[in-house]
Amino acid sequence: MADAYRVRLEVFEGPLDLLLHLIRAEKVDIHDIPIARITTQYLEYLAGLEALDLDRAAEFLLMAATLMEIKARMLLPRHAVEHVADAEPEPDPRAELVRRLLEYRSFRQKANVLQEREREASRRFVHPVAAGASALPPPPPEGVTVADLVAALLELVGEPVADEPAEIAREQYTVRDKMRTILRLLRQAGGSVAFGDLFGPRFSRREVIVTFLALLELVRQRWVTARQDRTYGRIVICRARPAMGR
Amino acid sequence: MANLPEGFSLRAAAEALLLAASAPLTAATVAEALGLEPPAAEELLRRLADEYRREGRGYEVQEVAGGFRLTTRPELAPLIQSVIRRDQTAGLSHAALETLAVVAYRQPVTRAQIEQIRGVNSEWVLGVLLERDLICEVGRAQTLGRPILYGTTHRFLEHFGLRSLEDLPPLELEGGVPSSESAHPPRPERES
Repeated sequence: MADAYRVRLEVFEGPLDLLLHLIRAEKVDIHDIPIARITTQYLEYLAGLEALDLDRAAEFLLMAATLMEIKARMLLPRHAVEHVADAEPEPDPRAELVRRLLEYRSFRQKANVLQEREREASRRFVHPVAAGASALPPPPPEGVTVADLVAALLELVGEPVADEPAEIAREQYTVRDKMRTILRLLRQAGGSVAFGDLFGPRFSRREVIVTFLALLELVRQRWVTARQDRTYGRIVICRARPAMGR
Repeated sequence: MANLPEGFSLRAAAEALLLAASAPLTAATVAEALGLEPPAAEELLRRLADEYRREGRGYEVQEVAGGFRLTTRPELAPLIQSVIRRDQTAGLSHAALETLAVVAYRQPVTRAQIEQIRGVNSEWVLGVLLERDLICEVGRAQTLGRPILYGTTHRFLEHFGLRSLEDLPPLELEGGVPSSESAHPPRPERES
């Protein structure tokens, strides 16, 4: 059951996407959302979130909290303030959510328009130079195999890494974060950086491994390449896609 | 005046320029090369486009990203694909398209504003769009922390076959709410 939820959740771009889906599936009016019913549905979906990564879960949980807050405010007696002179009519607690949903929906429609234009545009072929053929990344690593990278990793992990105190806070490194860190380092270093320099001296074993996984992912997706001038030489990581200057 | 070898027409010269260019050529560039006034160059290019169409060529002059370029006729795509493999066949992901839509209509826009609309962290997808040169940094907001402002690039217009941002359909926000900022995409911040 949980697996089924997980698969379905990945389909949604985020909490707003999920909400729009529920509203459509329940055939309710977006301007008059039955908040209790939709909240229940939303939470049911969330039940399948446990196994998802924390980054994504946080976004979905934030929306759950918003929904529950609106639900609570809807339950408060509305007339409570009526006897107060010049009291502004209380705004519908759902108003802000509806505004966000409509706004998000219109941008999503525009994303579909763009996709259509992209499909049309891709039917035109231009001069290969104009198509950026020369700017495409070269085929992956030059002379470096994954085994070489692993050997380099073992060298790092084998060394006494930062002294780890007896009590450590749980670390929060994600492969995604580390991928961005590596790309940033490359940018700052002008396009290439030594393999060893990707790992700070105070990196814990766990951080070394997450960084390494991020590097492998970047190589796989061809964002970076790894080069080695001679056997057992220094491995250099290079950015594969030069930003097309303009 | 244009220094054309004998026997070469302005049309021939324009063709040569279009064929050799690696990016859309503006009428101004063509005008300068041929010693014409920009409106005359624009007319020359449009006339060339008309002639190609009438002659039933396999390629045409496309107006895109504020300029002109030669492309094959879209109808011939299946034929071409049977011979040539395109390097980047994969279109953009839905997350990327959604983020681009926000940037296109709300530019200049900060990451926080994009995330507010999308409801999800957009750092990674912005990185992808930057790397692909579809968006760029256009400045800094004069607010706390001076966050980076993003806008779309010429490459964006080329990628989607748009002449300018005005080619995008207006963003109609539902519920009769007049759009807070811009119903139409704003003009690009910079010229190039």
